[in-house]
Amino acid sequence: MIADFDYQFFLEVLTGGLLSGVMYSLVAIGFVLIYKTSGVLNFAQGALLLFAALTFVSLVERGMPFALALAVTFAVMVALGIGIERAVLRPLTNKPPITLFMATLGLSYIIEGAAQLIWGTQVHGLELGIEDVPLEVGGVLVSQFDIFAAAVAAAMVLLLSLFFRYTRIGLSFRAVADDQFAALAVGLRLPLIWAGVWAAAGLVALVAGLLWGARLGVQFSLSLVVLKALPVLVLGGFDSILGAIVGGLLIGASEKLAEVYIGDYFGGGIESWFAYVVALVFLLIRPSGLFGQKLVERV
Amino acid sequence: MSFFTTVKAVALSAALAVSVALPAAHADEQYFPLQSYRVGPYAAGGTGFFGGFIDYLNLINIRDGGVNGVKLTWDECETQYEVERGVECYERQKSHAGAAAWNPLSVGIAYAMIDRITADKVPLITVNHGRTDSTDGRVFPYVFPLLLNPYSETSGIVNYIAAKEGGIDKLKGKKIVVLYHGSPYGKETIPIYELLAQKYGFTVQQIEVPHPGNEQQSQWLTIRRAKPDFVVLRGWGVMNPVALKTAVKVGYPVDHIVGNVWSNSEEDVIPAGDAAKGYTAITTQASGNSYPVVQEIVKTVYGAGKGNLEDKSRIGSVYHNLGIVNGILNVEAIRIAQEKFGHRTLTGDEVRWGFEHLKLDPAKVEALGAKDLFHSINVSWDNHEGEGYVTFQQWDGKKWNVVSDWIAPDWALLRPIIEKSAEAYAAEKGIKLRTAADADAVAVTN
Repeated sequence: MIADFDYQFFLEVLTGGLLSGVMYSLVAIGFVLIYKTSGVLNFAQGALLLFAALTFVSLVERGMPFALALAVTFAVMVALGIGIERAVLRPLTNKPPITLFMATLGLSYIIEGAAQLIWGTQVHGLELGIEDVPLEVGGVLVSQFDIFAAAVAAAMVLLLSLFFRYTRIGLSFRAVADDQFAALAVGLRLPLIWAGVWAAAGLVALVAGLLWGARLGVQFSLSLVVLKALPVLVLGGFDSILGAIVGGLLIGASEKLAEVYIGDYFGGGIESWFAYVVALVFLLIRPSGLFGQKLVERV
Repeated sequence: MSFFTTVKAVALSAALAVSVALPAAHADEQYFPLQSYRVGPYAAGGTGFFGGFIDYLNLINIRDGGVNGVKLTWDECETQYEVERGVECYERQKSHAGAAAWNPLSVGIAYAMIDRITADKVPLITVNHGRTDSTDGRVFPYVFPLLLNPYSETSGIVNYIAAKEGGIDKLKGKKIVVLYHGSPYGKETIPIYELLAQKYGFTVQQIEVPHPGNEQQSQWLTIRRAKPDFVVLRGWGVMNPVALKTAVKVGYPVDHIVGNVWSNSEEDVIPAGDAAKGYTAITTQASGNSYPVVQEIVKTVYGAGKGNLEDKSRIGSVYHNLGIVNGILNVEAIRIAQEKFGHRTLTGDEVRWGFEHLKLDPAKVEALGAKDLFHSINVSWDNHEGEGYVTFQQWDGKKWNVVSDWIAPDWALLRPIIEKSAEAYAAEKGIKLRTAADADAVAVTN
């Protein structure tokens, strides 16, 4: 039995799963940034991702050079992030988390509707200049595009880590994340920090939007990729960037292996719900996720 | 109150009652309630299809002054492709008098309407889709899956693969993988592929992709290991471009992938970019704008500033042409019914009769300016599909090119299966099987 096992195929499935997991992590990081500093589970992250990709591809199709379109889209996403914080979340400060969550849920529909209104309903292809032909590494076929996406994700995590650790504003973010009241007491300006975080989430949405857009095409179902990020967050913890990465890898690998090796026993097509099974099991064992902060409340 | 005052009041009340009971539409108008979807995730398909349909209705109004003087009217109700919104639209629009037929272009909405439209006696058109057994007019008098039902589509695809391999006997020993959308729509053809595999001696492996289909790495690695001769893509929405991209990623040749009727549009290939080059898909209507009827729409309708598509480059796209063909079928059914019942606003049941006598042979199709746009249709009281032919188009990176002749599905093989399923439905619902005489009896009021 073991002798018949196709190790090369297993490695291919595992590698493909890990690389897909990195793509899930990219979306999850956007959630983590907002949650870490403001305690809001931003359900509009998927819509932001769609808006970013749609804006970028529409500008390029209208003849704008790639780099300029990227800069303009970044500016739009920063403005949108700051606008959301000002117009929606600031007036809801100190409201229960469920109110804030519902606000972001509503926001996601508004952003999707606005995207269609501004850029139309057509689907678009998005080429980032990375050829997606398979590459053979030690007898295992690996996608060039997925390797590129993994490298981008790694670079982004590195940049965010350096930013949080060594810059003044990054340290302010961490202070707010640790204790909002203490941060306020030492003179940190919370609204400014939240606006900064939303702008950073806009940047993450842009990067994830471009990579997912190149993978799926730029169309409305792009916003559904948030469904892939949710089990990653449950597993990795809602407030840990490292957790988003590790969670993404675990979810990606386990859902692909499950689909291939046990999918047939359940009639196939199990990977979408299997990810949630894994997340739920972790939730039962570690409610705050692998790397999430344990909350201790005095009552 | 004097006697004359009382008489006047009674007469006035009677007149009011009569005016309320009379149809709100003018006597010379035939109305199409359109449950369209122009926003939401499926808006690209919706704007194309309903745009083509409205463009053709406009052509008939502008060029001919309507159908024999009966003006065509319509209004749109936005469904966003959601079933509950579709039913809401139905409830809102059904009170409008003179409804000719419903055309929701949505499997879910169509299923939800079957009982309602049957009670109201107004046809429900599900061109190229819908439930397969609604082909059996004995059980589904008001439902018309015109041109193609899912079983015929399956047979058409297998016949095409056979033609590519050099004949039906060459299918023996071949391997076909069917990659299907994880939904009732995707699963509907599983038994038919099994049946055809048994009949023709090929092996079939059917692999599900969970909705929405934005991750297919594991499925395509499984396909690569299985080394099939062909992959049939029975997809929907984002699943289609992702399938093509992932096929390239794992090194499977795209020109060995054959798409079904909901994997055959520009919206399915453009997002895949270069990965879609060489991909082939089935269709009942060719794309392109060189056909006389499409040219006439450009000249007459768009020339008059009444074109429905905002982006004119989409004229002649797959969904736009499907809308035009759907328009032709609806209008010709009305024309046929008018010849029997008179040049006036028809009841839904009279239009049903028109659909059940909708016979457009290739000569008639040519006369309508649609030669090579679609082949022909031959609907009868018990065959509501109408023996539509299929053809195959290949994507060259910019446009679709027809790469096959018109192919006939194996209707004789499929008919007993369809009848069995329809009869089971009739038994479950307590429906008495209709006869030809029943079909000829027509309700003159809705």
